Amino acid sequence: MSSDTPHAKPALELRDVSKQFGAFQALNGVCLRVEPGDSILLYGPNGAGKTTLLRVLSTLARPSEGKVLYDGADVHANPAAAKAAIGFVSHTTFLYGELTARENLEFAGKLFGLGNLPQRIVSVLDIFHLRQRAETPVRELSRGYQQRVSLARAFLHDPQFLLLDEPFTGLDAASTESLQVLMQGLRGQGKALIFSTHDYAQGKAIARRLVAMEGGKVRYDGPIDSAPLAALRKGVRSQEPGARSP
Amino acid sequence: MRTLRVISAIFVKDLRVEWRHRETLASMCIFGLLVVFLFNFAFEPAREESLRLLPGLLWIAFAFAGVLGFNRSFAAERENAGLEGMCLAPVDPGAIYLGKMLANLFFMGIAEVVVVLAASLWYDFSFIPSLGWFALATFCCTLGYVAIGTTFGAVASNTRMREVMLPVLQFPVAVPIFIAGVESTTGALKGDPIGDYSYWIKLAAGFSIIFVVLSYLLFEYVLEE
Repeated sequence: MSSDTPHAKPALELRDVSKQFGAFQALNGVCLRVEPGDSILLYGPNGAGKTTLLRVLSTLARPSEGKVLYDGADVHANPAAAKAAIGFVSHTTFLYGELTARENLEFAGKLFGLGNLPQRIVSVLDIFHLRQRAETPVRELSRGYQQRVSLARAFLHDPQFLLLDEPFTGLDAASTESLQVLMQGLRGQGKALIFSTHDYAQGKAIARRLVAMEGGKVRYDGPIDSAPLAALRKGVRSQEPGARSP
Repeated sequence: MRTLRVISAIFVKDLRVEWRHRETLASMCIFGLLVVFLFNFAFEPAREESLRLLPGLLWIAFAFAGVLGFNRSFAAERENAGLEGMCLAPVDPGAIYLGKMLANLFFMGIAEVVVVLAASLWYDFSFIPSLGWFALATFCCTLGYVAIGTTFGAVASNTRMREVMLPVLQFPVAVPIFIAGVESTTGALKGDPIGDYSYWIKLAAGFSIIFVVLSYLLFEYVLEE
């Protein structure tokens, strides 16, 4: 079943999604709709369920209850269409240490069945300033460069939905700024971005919408400018060392 | 066609990683050689006894070298979640299985050649007269063993005691393959008429086909989180 509006671009959606790992409830009845052009900051304390939410959206994790929909259809019934539209960056890089950056991108490109692969690879290498490191085995790259290769891999197939789990980890100031500019530009390209970061100010500079999570539930989903920040951050601060109760 | 390209990409990737890393194949060959070497010292068989001992000895070496190989194959995937990276792509999970299986089959083949050459030297036994049937029997049995090992290697890679869990899961299921391997290898090396031991080769071939097809169809559930 397609989206309600004729010729509407497909949306990615979680409907009453719960995810359990044994006795631990990582997600609890989460509803979230991501439309093309959305720019969403996923915010919350450690253990809130941000990573699990991104993994479920990316199709890597199957929900214990509820559904993940792409263009109105269950992604697990027909995963190929959803996977072709999603790019995901996680805490792990999905890279092979013995292969060079270029070889990792070539491999990913073949898995995605991409045409014009050499040109696409050159393009993402340039976007993430990796040309001079392209022939270096990933194992020999710094954490920051590995993160850039991981980002390049996620962008390679020009996905409609970019799911980035703490993408700024390990990046130097120049790379952080480049990535911020790139993320801000995605909205204008009609792409959807959902990302998590512990730096609220950094996230606010990029996102228009805030999804705040705590205890596996969504506490707030709306414009970032009108978010009840103090109340939401109280939940975050209470997790930080040295935090004092009000 | 696309599935074949994906299988080929995964196979080539595994070969390239192993060429640079050289841990999996080296471990398998060294372990297989150790088994052959130690048995030679333990039993010091005369030539006639070699024929009786060799089939079992070879399959012990193949079995344990295989366990090492399957564990290392998925250790490389676990390091930076390479298997998850493949699952993010719009590929048939069965294609991931076939790509990994073919790579494991290739490595097993090389390890088996090394072990057979060593056995030929240490036990003063020539495999040449029976090479054709011996190779066919070994291939049919190895295919089944690798099919099982690749599936259970993926299952065990998500557990804590993966080095122990893999043989615990794999060996009971692989018993028919081991029996077929020893019996068909015995018949081939003794130079018996093919009709005397073709049953074991057919059993191994049938078992292999069934397990490859089942694993191909069910691999998405192995990968599922």
